[in-house]
Amino acid sequence: MSELIRPNDEEELTAAVAEANSSRTPLEVIGAGSKRDIGRPLQTAACLTTEKLTGLTLYEPSELVLSARAGTPLIEIEETLAGNDQQLAFEPVDLGPMLGQDAGAATIGGVFAANLSGSRRIQIGAARDHLLGFRAVSGRGEIFKSGGRVMKNVTGYDLCRGLSGSWGTLAVMSEVTMKVLPRAQCTRTILLIGLTDEIAIDAMCAAIGSPFDVSGTVHLHGEFAAKLIDSGILRRPGPVTALRLENIESSLEYRCARLTESLEAFGKPVELDDGASRKFWSGMRTLNFLQGSSDPVWRISTAPKNGARLVAALARRLDCRVAYDWSGGLIWLLATPSADAGAAEVGRVVAEIGGYATLIRADASLRGSVNVFQQLSPGVMALTRKLKHSFDPAGILNPGRMYPGI
Amino acid sequence: MASPAFLEPDAGVLGARDEIIARLRELVPEGSVIADEDGRRAFETDALTAYKQMPLAAVLPTSTEQVSRILKYCQANGVKVIPRGAGTSLCGGALPLADSIVLGVSKMNRVLDINFENRTARVQTGITNMGISDAVSPRGFFYAPDPSSQLACTLAGNLAMNSGGAHCLKYGVTTNNVLGLQIVLMDGQIIDIGGEELDAPGYDLLGLIIGSEGQFGVVTEATVRILRAAEGARPMLMGFSSSAAAGDCVSAIIASGIIPVAIEFMDKPAIRVCEDFAKAGYPLDVEALLIVEVEGSEDEIEDLLARIQEIAKPFKPAGIRVSQSPEESAAIWLGRKSAFGAMGRISDYYCMDGVIPLGKLSEVLTGISEICERYKLKVANIFHAGDGNLHPLVLYEANDPSQAERAANCGAEILELCVKAGGCLTGEHGVGIEKRELMFTQFTRVDMEHQMRIKTMFDPDWLLNPAKVFPLELHPS
Repeated sequence: MSELIRPNDEEELTAAVAEANSSRTPLEVIGAGSKRDIGRPLQTAACLTTEKLTGLTLYEPSELVLSARAGTPLIEIEETLAGNDQQLAFEPVDLGPMLGQDAGAATIGGVFAANLSGSRRIQIGAARDHLLGFRAVSGRGEIFKSGGRVMKNVTGYDLCRGLSGSWGTLAVMSEVTMKVLPRAQCTRTILLIGLTDEIAIDAMCAAIGSPFDVSGTVHLHGEFAAKLIDSGILRRPGPVTALRLENIESSLEYRCARLTESLEAFGKPVELDDGASRKFWSGMRTLNFLQGSSDPVWRISTAPKNGARLVAALARRLDCRVAYDWSGGLIWLLATPSADAGAAEVGRVVAEIGGYATLIRADASLRGSVNVFQQLSPGVMALTRKLKHSFDPAGILNPGRMYPGI
Repeated sequence: MASPAFLEPDAGVLGARDEIIARLRELVPEGSVIADEDGRRAFETDALTAYKQMPLAAVLPTSTEQVSRILKYCQANGVKVIPRGAGTSLCGGALPLADSIVLGVSKMNRVLDINFENRTARVQTGITNMGISDAVSPRGFFYAPDPSSQLACTLAGNLAMNSGGAHCLKYGVTTNNVLGLQIVLMDGQIIDIGGEELDAPGYDLLGLIIGSEGQFGVVTEATVRILRAAEGARPMLMGFSSSAAAGDCVSAIIASGIIPVAIEFMDKPAIRVCEDFAKAGYPLDVEALLIVEVEGSEDEIEDLLARIQEIAKPFKPAGIRVSQSPEESAAIWLGRKSAFGAMGRISDYYCMDGVIPLGKLSEVLTGISEICERYKLKVANIFHAGDGNLHPLVLYEANDPSQAERAANCGAEILELCVKAGGCLTGEHGVGIEKRELMFTQFTRVDMEHQMRIKTMFDPDWLLNPAKVFPLELHPS
């Protein structure tokens, strides 16, 4: 068991990283550790957690801004926002439950470090698009900040984007400031039943390209759909395409009708009311169709129109079940266990059709032997190494979690 | 306005001017290198016209490969390069140095591919901002970021400054609307980052490059998100008897859960100038005016505007007017979007770009009046109220050096006030050369060192658009 370092405040955090930097002690960096099993396995003498850096430091509902210390549980932030009819519009997916952890364990720092976004990403942007500012300790053991608490800010380089999705390999965030948005008063979902992947993607692209502000588009293979939808809504099993609309109630009536009309060619839809809709999309947020299994899971990002072709190419050699989000641009792929979790085949097909793949769930030995994160082009890899070196020259923060030597 | 301090020009480079021009001519098609004095004059400044500096030459390549050859040559010979789009920067972002060339991307302005299903467009970055929307509007789509200069400014400049606009309250700024780009580094390497996917693998280099003020490389192509326009949009005008009332009204609208697509604020001096120019029907007897625009179907628009009027009641709005026609809407926006140009007809002005927390509006506007009174200068305020981006226009007489210097100092004090109020120096224009020396008001040395090391990793010799963004004392030379 490695030593656990639990700083109580920013000062202690800075001192801990500075000490590790001078003694060249590699650190595993975590929040609550809910995503600890993602990435290449680490071998570090010590683990640094931000779990004691908690609490909201600013919340101005009328300015759409909230700041919190990095270790604040996401659930606490979402509850506070809900109390003011607001929300994190990028609805971060909760990867915990499908990794065998409790739901709602993630910290807000972890959400931005992994750039986790949910179905609304296609309409409103990703986690990285909502990060307004941060304070962090770089691998140099120095506290620094970027951005601020205002909505628009181009003062200096945009390190908020730079740190988003860096998986704690550049710096340890101590405090984050984010844009929040009003919660929709009412939600409706239109379900299209029995579509093939290709036709479903046509329907999703048509919906998101309509003027009705569709805020979620997913397509689920039959066995996944069954897990997300209560019996009674669907009479027969099969693939389901779900399109979400959110707004005030009077406007939703109209939008639902118009959207249904425009998608007539795709069959007669089933409509989910507010309660059923919220339940459905909260199941998407915890990826409940991937829970209760330990089979390998890949997350593949591609251009929406390539999604079906990519899955068809994979299905030729891999036994897999699939859910599409982001109109087909995000693929959750549950693969049958094999020696490489399908890595070679996934890599080959993604390289051919375009996109990138991340191995989200696999046991540690597999994660140590295949590419968990997509290989980068030589030019991008060179920049990646330089960026790592500029923030963490001794290579002490989550070393090797994303790529060897990074 | 007092000229900013420049780095000591490299005498060797100055002396080799003829040789540099001759070599550049070998790298690009005929007519692409501008070396004569009249021709170069067009590149000596940008929209911050108070500062001028002739470059060694300007070169206007027509392909990414040519950009690569130019940068490689310049790196090998220690020649500084100032990238330029349309030259509409308000912070001197495209201001040349005496020992630099200007590299303009304006000839690279084609649309390469449009995919309505993926909702993406791939374009060369010399295209104007409006050019992208024009290319996709026949199918009801648009490119969301809309800086006021959108008819002229290029995507290249928008990428460099991470530009915003009036409608970014709902749709975000440049970085939220770009998925991929092709960048040429100073050593000539051509690198593709991102693409049509919503996520790119590895570090968010795309996000770092956008907003790097042309200091990391020259971006020649980009894949941008295009969005389907709402069924309709309509602005409404509301006048108020004080700026504070207008600001409180904006807070109340947002707190109610309505996010209009735009909320623009003008104070009395700004209203008059814009009205004289655009004849938009702005009320002239109010202290502050809000333009609030909402989107949706006809019924949704009416419903939203009615709700906003209800929310506004306690703040006693005067002269509420809802646009009745597309022509009227266009006139209302023309007034606002031409504000800078209209102001330029009556006076020289210095345009600030601070951002403040909305709740501090009243306090900051009072502070700005006091500062301007102290400097004996007039000011007009224009404000993207929904997101706190304040544009005070400090009026002065450019031919009077003492006024020019007062305007610069007055502007600096205004920005310091914005930072003190919890805001920042610049919301959408960029730091450039103009606000370089003010960076210490917002950042510590350690903050800036973390940024500057990224500059060094992209451009080890600091040849690309150097002497901008960071205080000169921190410059590695």
